[in-house]
Amino acid sequence: MKVGLFIPCYIDQFYPMVAIATMQLLEKMGCEIVFPLEQTCCGQPMANSGFNTLSKGCDRNFVANFSDVDFIVAPSGSCVLHVKEHLADAQNPEAAEFIRTHIFELTEFLTDVLKVEKLDAHFPFSVGWHNSCHGQRGLHLSSMSELVAPHFSKPISLLNMVNGLQLHLPSRIDECCGFGGTFCVFEEAVSVKMGKDRIKDHEENEVEVIAGGDVSCLMHLEGILKRKGSKVRVMHIAEILNSQK
Amino acid sequence: MSARNTIIETVAKNKPALIPLPEMDFSQFETPVDLFEAFSKQLLVVGGRLIEMNDESGLSQLIQQEKSAGVNIINRVTNMGEPDVVPENAAALHAVDKAYISGAFGVAENGAIWVWESAMGQRILPFICQQLVLVLRRKQLVANMHLAYNRINVQEEGFGVFIAGPSKTADIEQSLVIGAHGPKALSVIILH
Amino acid sequence: MSKSHAALAAEFTADENRTDWHDETLWWVRQKRDKAVQQIPEWEILRQWASAIKEHTLSKLDEYLAIFEREAISNGIKVHWANDATAHNEIILKIIKEHSISKIVKSKSMLTEECHLNEYLHQSGIEVIDTDLGERIVQFRGEPPSHIVLPAIHLKKEDVSETFHEHLGTEKGNNDPQYLTESARTHLREKFIQSELAITGVNFAIAETGGFVVCTNEGNADMGAHAAKIHIACMGIEKIIPKAEHLGVFTRMLARSATGQAITTYTSHFHRPRPGQEMHIVIVNNGRSRQLGREDFRNSLKCIRCAACFNTCPVYRRSGGHSYHTAVAGPIGSILNPNLDMKANADLPFASTLCGSCTNVCPVKINIHEQLWKWRQVIAEEGLVAPSKKMSMQVLGYILSKPSLYRLIGKTGRWVLRHMPLLVKFKSLNPWYKQREMPEAPSESFRDWYKKNRRS
Repeated sequence: MKVGLFIPCYIDQFYPMVAIATMQLLEKMGCEIVFPLEQTCCGQPMANSGFNTLSKGCDRNFVANFSDVDFIVAPSGSCVLHVKEHLADAQNPEAAEFIRTHIFELTEFLTDVLKVEKLDAHFPFSVGWHNSCHGQRGLHLSSMSELVAPHFSKPISLLNMVNGLQLHLPSRIDECCGFGGTFCVFEEAVSVKMGKDRIKDHEENEVEVIAGGDVSCLMHLEGILKRKGSKVRVMHIAEILNSQK
Repeated sequence: MSARNTIIETVAKNKPALIPLPEMDFSQFETPVDLFEAFSKQLLVVGGRLIEMNDESGLSQLIQQEKSAGVNIINRVTNMGEPDVVPENAAALHAVDKAYISGAFGVAENGAIWVWESAMGQRILPFICQQLVLVLRRKQLVANMHLAYNRINVQEEGFGVFIAGPSKTADIEQSLVIGAHGPKALSVIILH
Repeated sequence: MSKSHAALAAEFTADENRTDWHDETLWWVRQKRDKAVQQIPEWEILRQWASAIKEHTLSKLDEYLAIFEREAISNGIKVHWANDATAHNEIILKIIKEHSISKIVKSKSMLTEECHLNEYLHQSGIEVIDTDLGERIVQFRGEPPSHIVLPAIHLKKEDVSETFHEHLGTEKGNNDPQYLTESARTHLREKFIQSELAITGVNFAIAETGGFVVCTNEGNADMGAHAAKIHIACMGIEKIIPKAEHLGVFTRMLARSATGQAITTYTSHFHRPRPGQEMHIVIVNNGRSRQLGREDFRNSLKCIRCAACFNTCPVYRRSGGHSYHTAVAGPIGSILNPNLDMKANADLPFASTLCGSCTNVCPVKINIHEQLWKWRQVIAEEGLVAPSKKMSMQVLGYILSKPSLYRLIGKTGRWVLRHMPLLVKFKSLNPWYKQREMPEAPSESFRDWYKKNRRS
């Protein structure tokens, strides 16, 4: 199984350890990983700011990089959702269609395609889980508190396979952290307040780590945690699932 | 062109292609086995009080007692002789302590009771009285709002209302206060 | 345009304790909603039906409006049509003048807020008493409602106490909601009894029967309508439903979505005026038919004004209704208001993280967060985004479409962050840094690592 690794631009630049963990984890599961070197970004920053038309160049570049794989996997629900909903390439409509239907967020890929049921992972810490909205409400990685529907969570099922990990859920199980793409700067006041409130909710559980499936949310929470000198760390779920004794 | 025609024509021009009405089969929904139990529970939730009686004679006695004790009462309950005539003027009803009105039926899922205009005498009576008493027979209950609307022809009378509990508000800091403008209490007398 | 949502929200959040209180109060309402809907196993089926009934109605709206009019007239109701807000206000003023009326009460109608009816009548020397407790409070204070179901939710009981002390002569410093409500009750019951004309909104208008339904908890719509000799009900064209049986679906959902109640205290069905009474209906367009023609946005007209999307919105809860500077705030307002005035409301579709919770709580399944995204595209296309933002997006789009340029900029950026961090640490120039640290910049990107470790 040939898996194209899509590493969102800000992970590539600022959080390479998340990409490395994602890659190592998938390799452990027996996937053949390729990382197309000319990839950049999914185009979401422009599109969510109202300039979807300006992401055409990104789209073409994305299609050119990911046409030759069985699946595309990324450690980001948000970027995957954007590709699924908006990737278009007038010159290569079929290739774009293939990508839209074969791109997976990491925990979704582990659960639905690789059907992982056990993991050789060890992470003896108290962890709070943050549900990122695009993964949850967009990709349906877990059930949603608003709906009358059976409960499930792909990422939490995976975290439950990790030895030593004590999981704590915040009281508002799926409230947004306030990152929201360019929202985080254009609506700075509300964005930060939302982030502070998420952190407070996790702090009440005395967690050591706030974990999530989207580094963008984590980067925002980390910025607030560091500013107040907190000892709480943020980690991507790939790093936890890839941890061993 | 008249505003009416402008609106209707723009709507006709801009509306989407026909979308069919859904097939609604609400018989698939679970309903409580004991409607009375479910209704009683919901009535408490909406702030109502339940009084059980065997028949109209007990009710008639109660009203007589209250009247002789000087309570300002309007009794509109049927099957108990002539109902009281209700003055038309709202000012004259302002001081009514208690109104007794026959409900048509109750709804188990929410504790609401359907009341027809004809049962009220005047439309404002169940709203302006200080305390409202609705009278129902035990068998006059339906499970949910689908069955409720099945049971009535809403335009049969000029006015009809579902009443669920006393008048209430939570407009000040979400603190629930019973008795906003209308009745401060709602009692439901169930005749067995 | 006056201040933007972002600016008004920043003012709101400046008082952090009050922001917390506002957030928690509305979150509590959201939790009540959750508890109520979780007791209905068929909830998602009801949402499906409610949505489908509304979509069907919109697809035959011209016909249903005509049927409704015909039936209402045969019921003895006078039907008026207003193509815009001004026409709506003029119709009401005309009725008032024809009867030389001065005592008017009004129950909650977001449509009359949208049309600024009170201000309009005030200019003609006519005062309207708002009778919903929350609306009366904000009316005393000269403020607009901040929430379509809970108009005074931005105020604390101390604020209400001050206001009532000033306007109703209540005891200074008595903040007891029971006491304050009781005072308003006495004050407003007097107004009801004196009133000659009552204005109400409409929750549902039934085409086949020519009647309409008004839902309240306080009973104020009924107190007004049944006491006054004239009743005017104002409705937008989208309030129509085809049949009375459809009320079974909507009355199960409205209050559960709004406040977590199984049903509102009063669900009143008006079909004919009482003897000697005049009953009017004003059917208002005010841009709705234009919205109907916008394929991406037409289903915003399915809205039943329950405000569930307000209560769940993490942005609304932390920025308050007034930060939306429109009659209908919150997520639904942010997709309705650009239709009314795109330029003045160009900021609203951006006042969201697109988290999608609004779409999930919506009882009629409006894809609110997707429409917010789509409005952003329309607003950008119309050139209503700040030029600086547009330019930065153009630059970003260019960089990200050129892999080698992207790598160069990434490398340079990380180098700057590591070696000259002060360059990005101007709080006035970098909103990120104002209350957040910058991420640490590693010396190598993943791409660098990959080339070293996986490709030889």
